[in-house]
Amino acid sequence: MSKTLLRISNLKTRLGDAGNPVYAVDGVDIEVRKGEVFALLGESGCGKSMTALSAMRLLPPSGTIVEGQAYLGDTSLFDLPEREMRRVRGGRMGMIFQEPMTSLNAVVTIGEQIGEAVRLHDRDSRDAVSRRVVELLRSVGIPDPERRAREYPHQLSGGMKQRVMIAIALAGRPSLLIADEPTTALDVTIQAQVLSLLKDLQRDTGMAVLLITHDLGVVSEVADRVAVMYAGQIIELAETRKFFRQPAHPYSRKLFRSLPSLGNRGQELAVIEGSVPRLNQRFSRCRFRERCDQAQEICAQQAPAWSETALGSGVRCHLFEHLPALSALSGKRATENHAGSAEQAGNLLEVEGLRVHFPIHKGVLRRVIGHVKAVDDLSLSIAQGRTMALVGESGCGKTTAGKGILQLIRPTAGSVRFDGDDLTRLPAGKLRARRADMQIIFQDPVASMNPRMLVGDIILEGMQAQKIGVSRTERQARIRDLLDRVGLSVDAADRYPNEFSGGQRQRICIARALAVDPRFIVCDEPTSALDVSVQAQVLNLLKDLQHQRGLSYLFITHNIAVVSYLAHEVAVMYLGRIVEQGTVEEVLQSPRHPYTQALLSAVPAIDPVLGRSVIRLEGDMPSPANPPRGCHFHPRCNKGVDSCRSAYPDPVRLSQTHRVSCFRIEPESI
Amino acid sequence: MISQLVILWTDALIFLLITLAVAFGVYASRKAHLRRPWGLVVRSRVGVGTMVVLAFYLSVGVLDSIHFHPAAESPDSAGKVIYSSEIISLFDSMVSGLRARQEKTYSAPLATHLYAKESTEQADGSTIRDFPRLEHGGSHLSDPDQRDADIVRLSAIGILKGLAVSVVAANILIVLLAVAARRTFGERAREVLSANTEIPWRVVLTVLGMMLVITFWSAELASRYHILGTDKVGEDVFYQALKSIRTGLVIGTLTTLVMLPLAIMLGIMAGYFRGWVDDLIQYVYTTLNSIPGVLLIAAAILMLQIYMSNHAEEFNSLVERADLRLLFLCIILGVTSWTGLCRLLRGESMKLREVDYVQAANAFGVSHLQIIGRHILPNVLHIVLITVVLDFSGLVLAEAVLSYVNIGVDPTMNSWGNMINSARLEMAREPIVWWSLAAAMIFMFTLVLSANLFADVVRDAFDPRLGSSR
Repeated sequence: MSKTLLRISNLKTRLGDAGNPVYAVDGVDIEVRKGEVFALLGESGCGKSMTALSAMRLLPPSGTIVEGQAYLGDTSLFDLPEREMRRVRGGRMGMIFQEPMTSLNAVVTIGEQIGEAVRLHDRDSRDAVSRRVVELLRSVGIPDPERRAREYPHQLSGGMKQRVMIAIALAGRPSLLIADEPTTALDVTIQAQVLSLLKDLQRDTGMAVLLITHDLGVVSEVADRVAVMYAGQIIELAETRKFFRQPAHPYSRKLFRSLPSLGNRGQELAVIEGSVPRLNQRFSRCRFRERCDQAQEICAQQAPAWSETALGSGVRCHLFEHLPALSALSGKRATENHAGSAEQAGNLLEVEGLRVHFPIHKGVLRRVIGHVKAVDDLSLSIAQGRTMALVGESGCGKTTAGKGILQLIRPTAGSVRFDGDDLTRLPAGKLRARRADMQIIFQDPVASMNPRMLVGDIILEGMQAQKIGVSRTERQARIRDLLDRVGLSVDAADRYPNEFSGGQRQRICIARALAVDPRFIVCDEPTSALDVSVQAQVLNLLKDLQHQRGLSYLFITHNIAVVSYLAHEVAVMYLGRIVEQGTVEEVLQSPRHPYTQALLSAVPAIDPVLGRSVIRLEGDMPSPANPPRGCHFHPRCNKGVDSCRSAYPDPVRLSQTHRVSCFRIEPESI
Repeated sequence: MISQLVILWTDALIFLLITLAVAFGVYASRKAHLRRPWGLVVRSRVGVGTMVVLAFYLSVGVLDSIHFHPAAESPDSAGKVIYSSEIISLFDSMVSGLRARQEKTYSAPLATHLYAKESTEQADGSTIRDFPRLEHGGSHLSDPDQRDADIVRLSAIGILKGLAVSVVAANILIVLLAVAARRTFGERAREVLSANTEIPWRVVLTVLGMMLVITFWSAELASRYHILGTDKVGEDVFYQALKSIRTGLVIGTLTTLVMLPLAIMLGIMAGYFRGWVDDLIQYVYTTLNSIPGVLLIAAAILMLQIYMSNHAEEFNSLVERADLRLLFLCIILGVTSWTGLCRLLRGESMKLREVDYVQAANAFGVSHLQIIGRHILPNVLHIVLITVVLDFSGLVLAEAVLSYVNIGVDPTMNSWGNMINSARLEMAREPIVWWSLAAAMIFMFTLVLSANLFADVVRDAFDPRLGSSR
């Protein structure tokens, strides 16, 4: 019996009608072996999900499989009648999706939803089914499964829901589990839980996993083999270890060098210029040629064929044998070296005891019965030209903190001193005039621009409101200048936002913020919706602007790699409070708070050689409406002592800059 | 014919509405996000087909909205033109034959005799009871038995005329299209006829031809007969049904004109400002919503009726009086129907105020009024448009219901509701008089069906959630 479980050969999938076809998948060959984790890695729109959906025959109505074969064991999937195929789905092939929030029916208990899947595949008695449900819930690590089975999806957290989804997928005892970005919507600590669960399940049941992801960290964490997809084709296939040591394709190499990290702090990140080619064309050249810095004549003349480099690995490139070794390529040094660190002048922004509480109303008279303490006693300061990173999981209040500082949400208490003025006490008129100094860049590049306005008008808006520039021509010149500055062509001003890609839109947003000459910008996860290569463009731009204009950033993010690349100081937030604060080196290299330690250990490491032990955090973050008594972190802390339960620890000074709020830390002599 | 123009309240508002619609059209044609969905509407076969039908209704309605005092037949001794005190519309003067040819009482469609027996005195002095000949319907026939042949002959003439006019119209259209596309006439004609054009011109031509044939056919017959019969006082039912078009259109459109400012302003204010503004507006519309609409309308109309009968001297003519009542009906319908749209807009603005670009505008210190005008309003316009189009047919039907229970338009005003109302007694009569009801049904059904189909197309084109499936 062969080792191959799923074999997809020469798969071509087309989206749209024959008149306007998009070749989403264009000749993909994959072999998933029994009991392995096979990762399909690629940026958004490269066709990785379409490949999986084709294999499941779950394509959207506009999609058709044009060519190719898919065998699961000896069964030819594309030749099965739909009736038979339904038994294969969920039976021999299970699938879990990215968004656990919308994958479950909100009005049916999770026990019943899992039971439904169980009944489809073995027709057991009621008791047997409910026993199996409990068993499945236990196997995905849900505590107290008997009680949980009777609960509804809204009573579960995101991580729990994803576990339930996995339980449903496991109900039919599949030999292959297709996981489409299973952890993308989850926080790092929850992601670590789900990944280790997947890995354990795979080891225990011997099933194979086809993991679809864009995250190199996730690949290195769990995958045995990895295939890189680009523009509808597999461009590289290798064992994970080999791939991370020596990626062969120029695209894969660039991908690695565009990753931000502590190691390349002073350098400019490698940028993959341009964007993925549109897939509505037929290629007679290498698809990556326009963006490849190694490209030669042959690349333009013929499309590269698949070349096997070793058994079970290969690459689609004309030049793979002649490419220089990875180590020879090092990033360009940034032109200036940390202009900001030199001038340690006074603080531009000082936040003292900031509190943002949202009242909870109840009843007919809408009495206030409590508060959601989204931000609770937050203090930090940022100097001119420096970057402070605010790190935390979703729901910890970091975005609210950013908006509270900018007075987009009026804080409940505390003071925000910006360049001498207390913003919380400024009357509306004066505050409006000060707004030119502080700007914000949002996470979602789609939602942050009015789709009904031209890009030029979008950039103009701030100038009008702040009365910058007198004449029309002066303002137009400034718009052209700004667009040029963020690397967009001048004619962009006369187009609508939806004509731009995510990275370009984010650069337009930066241009809009720069239009009023701010000194301080709150960056609210500006890169988390972007692909790695695009993220690098935005990070480079932000860093450049800081050098040139001495901007200060409050960088709100959950991405530790970005923090280590960009930030000077870090504040870690948990449930509305800062638990640890200090310079990047202090916090990232010698974290002292147990939460920081767990958070950092949960980040998937890119380098698989480096062993690391994940500190597993049990459970989820409690609700900020009802935080635990005492230290907010103690229910999840593995080092808790008695005093943690009674009072919230005061910050302990470890050095000039390093402060930690934990009872277990003794102040060191400075 | 020289005449003295009279501008009634509803006329003025209709022309205001048309001006607004044209202005919006000009504005929309400059904005890509508004042009695109309208492009989808005119590319849909149902869309253009219903548009042609609606255009026919609209042109009757507009022609019927230009009122004047007609000049009397002969000028007075000093040579001055004397105007009659009667107010008629341009449409009335176009179909003056229909208006003038009154019978005594009921007559069936295309009949030559009355529907009721009468005692007539013969030449020899004896009286017999029989169905007398109509004064106008089929009066050109010496022998009523020739009627069928005459109808066939007239139909053939009418249909031929209609076909001829449609062919001419089609040729003119193709010439225009050919000029616009810089192609020869032959090429363009082949494209149009093989349905090979982006906008389905063939559908336009087919529906246009059909409507023209029907128009000419009925015009030809109506010149000799009462094609939909006559009512109790001998008025032509076809004429009544045509006159009702204006009433229906006025109710369907002016009501939205009344409702829109209220709904848009209050809805956006509630959603955008939240807090006590929201509470207040919400209380207002929940209160208003919990009063049965019919009661409110009845109370308002009855009050108006009493006012009018007490101040009869303030109204120059019956037409003006009826017109004011129509306007008042529109206003009260508008007041009771703004809550639905207001609630929709409140929800949408509540969502929009949290959207990043509104937050960004806040961060720039842009004033609230500008944020509403620049960011919120343009992003809820599609909802407004969809609601207006969808509400139209509902309002036309509402008029029929209200007039049926006597709290609708003035009884002297022609409306489908009044026709249906009078049909209540006619249906109980023996033998039954069915044509009033049937005429009102046919006309209303055609209008409401095409409005509904059109609304569906508009909704599909503007609904952002359907955007990806195209």
